[in-house]
Amino acid sequence: MSTTTSQRPPRQKMTPKGAAVWVAVAVAGAICWTVLALSRGEQVSALWILFAALSSYAIAYRFYARFIAYRVLRVDDTRATPAERLENHIDFEVTDRRVLYGHHFAAIAGAGPLVGPVLAAQMGYLPGTIWIIVGVIFAGAVQDMVVLFFSMRRNGKSLGQMVREEIGVVGGIAALIAVFAIMIILLAVLALVVVNALAESPWGVFSIGLTIPIALFMGFYLRYLRPGRIMEVTAVGVGLLLLAIVGGGYVDQMGLSEALTLTPETLTICLVVYGFVASVLPVWMLLTPRDYLSTFMKIGVIALLAIAMVIAAPVLQAPAVSEFALPGTGPVFPGKLFPFVFITIACGALSGFHALISSGTTPKMVAKESQVRMIGYGGMLMESFVGISALMAACVIDQGLYFAMNSPASATGGTPQAAAEFVSTLGFTISPDQLSVAAQSIGEDTLISRTGGAPTLAFGMSLIFSEAFGSGLAAFWYHFAIMFEALFILTAVDAGTRVGRFMLQDTIGNVWNRYADISWKPASWSASALVVGAWGYMLYVGVTDPLGGINQLFPLFGIANQLLAAIALILCVTLFLKHGWTRWVWVPGIALAWDLIVTLTASWQKVFSENEKIGYFAQAAAYREARDAGDVLYPATDAGQMQQIITNSTVNGILQASFALLMLVVLANAVAVWVRAAKAGGLPTTEVPHETSRIVAPSDFIATAEEKAAVREWEESRGGDLVGGRR
Amino acid sequence: MTTALLPRLRRVAGGVLWYLRQASGEARWDAYLDQCRRDGTTPMSRRAFERHRAEHREHHPQSRCC
Repeated sequence: MSTTTSQRPPRQKMTPKGAAVWVAVAVAGAICWTVLALSRGEQVSALWILFAALSSYAIAYRFYARFIAYRVLRVDDTRATPAERLENHIDFEVTDRRVLYGHHFAAIAGAGPLVGPVLAAQMGYLPGTIWIIVGVIFAGAVQDMVVLFFSMRRNGKSLGQMVREEIGVVGGIAALIAVFAIMIILLAVLALVVVNALAESPWGVFSIGLTIPIALFMGFYLRYLRPGRIMEVTAVGVGLLLLAIVGGGYVDQMGLSEALTLTPETLTICLVVYGFVASVLPVWMLLTPRDYLSTFMKIGVIALLAIAMVIAAPVLQAPAVSEFALPGTGPVFPGKLFPFVFITIACGALSGFHALISSGTTPKMVAKESQVRMIGYGGMLMESFVGISALMAACVIDQGLYFAMNSPASATGGTPQAAAEFVSTLGFTISPDQLSVAAQSIGEDTLISRTGGAPTLAFGMSLIFSEAFGSGLAAFWYHFAIMFEALFILTAVDAGTRVGRFMLQDTIGNVWNRYADISWKPASWSASALVVGAWGYMLYVGVTDPLGGINQLFPLFGIANQLLAAIALILCVTLFLKHGWTRWVWVPGIALAWDLIVTLTASWQKVFSENEKIGYFAQAAAYREARDAGDVLYPATDAGQMQQIITNSTVNGILQASFALLMLVVLANAVAVWVRAAKAGGLPTTEVPHETSRIVAPSDFIATAEEKAAVREWEESRGGDLVGGRR
Repeated sequence: MTTALLPRLRRVAGGVLWYLRQASGEARWDAYLDQCRRDGTTPMSRRAFERHRAEHREHHPQSRCC
């Protein structure tokens, strides 16, 4: 058995003052939840959601995460982490816990928690709020932390490697294919969000377009002018970025507005070409400097939004639970509350993609085992907070406007009159004039059917910022928010394409060795082209789908992400059983059980439902039947569009079914291991043996007095010879 | 109280600067210089050091998530 008998956790005695504080936090949280649960048809302030979230996070972090770390995983600070044992100052590096927290958060957070909650707002604010908060506490943060812990105990092995070694080769191969396929869908959907935000928006195209020369400038500056001066060049870059946003307001005066008003199809081509070029250029030119900008914007904007939210204290316009929740007839995405809210909001509550980060770079940099709690669990709580902020921003928008913006063009007709009429059939009132005025107020021609979540979030943010910091800048704030989202989506597209390319080269390299050589141009270029081609095709499918791309593709993306989470949680359960921690298996077990119920129900419905609004194959069949009869079925306008819907829906259905099958293969392989492990009371694992740590470092965000004294003493004993990136 | 405020502010600003330098990776150079001093080796130029780091990033892309 490789399980170590660790020392008892430092049993923190709670002082009377500490206990009083935690009772107060619990009471405050309970009050917020009660208000949210009981208010119907009244004016509810968004701050109730904010404080319900914060108090729940605090309690979960203090009690549940602590329990998992010390009782369940039994983190052992006498054990040297891979960063300490294998330190090479390249990827294995002992890193200050707070710095690593920043790195980890920057890697896991992106557009996902901003988009999902906005779409889920069609069900009202309550389902999304509950799922984001409860989901993160019992599933998402648990997954991130436990995967981080297991990977750290295995020298930072990747998720795919761990599945292969701990579950089996079949499961490992299935997991590898799943990871690759899911990444392609992720990139396509993220790119679709950008396309929808920039289409017909010359201001947006102008300012986002300028990020390329700005990033290039930064790249050359760091390469040739002043190498390594990251902070100064980032400050200059952010300044230029703000100028680019302001400058976008003058595209009309510059006579560029016509040239920069691009159709979604043109933007798709631009993005595909950009994605290819960016992934074959050296990273220092574009990717690295852009990453600096997007990380800075990400953290800056989220902090700004939290402050603005408290100052503005906006009132929620969405109902607690909307009338679409139970019948599942909402126009934004099809399907009922269960299971579709739980897959629409993936990131922010439970995101399988995080398992790739938690088993990649981060575990190689952790200084002390006990820090997995603040980095894994704490990092995910922060991501959840981003999701909650996005939900609040979407729910403070007038409901008529929300549905006019988020319903597909086939429903709204694209004009203010038709959109106002459509919205009235949903039971909301907004006049055509109001729709036009709302668009003008933020410097756009139209807001109708600006699906994808980004425009809605940006509009909500501009409302909140205007309320908090004074009106008059609404247009600037809107484009500021669009910039913030587009920037890190493009960073994700760059980085994702490159990661995909490496995976592909590595896989093909197993058969044809030379292909794995990443500096061999024919291999790297062709692999890049394949990856870009794959997500570019899905993006094109989304952009041109008459039924609305977000409407069709977002569920696929959400389910794929949650299926990846299922694979990660299956691995966690397997390792619990192999280690013989049977009594604690419910910790990842409840997360896995819930995730399986949700994803398999959703997959089943998307594949087998006879409702053509939900089931991909039913959809294809209905349109095929109509085409064969010579009919043109709404919303298609000609035979070509009929054919498009049939092809797209079939492709989506096949992808959906294969994702679910891949996960089931991993599950079946794992169950065999579970049975063996349960019978034997445990099985050997690939955990590396205990080696004594020489490092002293605090566990949590704020070091206790004892920890500080211990660190000081240790540093003195080493005579200033500090380890790694420590001060 | 006012006399204690200034050093306090300076301490906070110093902490923020330290964090940003660490998080952005700018401080890696300082760490490398320290390492060389301890080992008694001659450090390479900053330009060469940063190229070295860029070369590593080239071959170890990190996925950005959702």
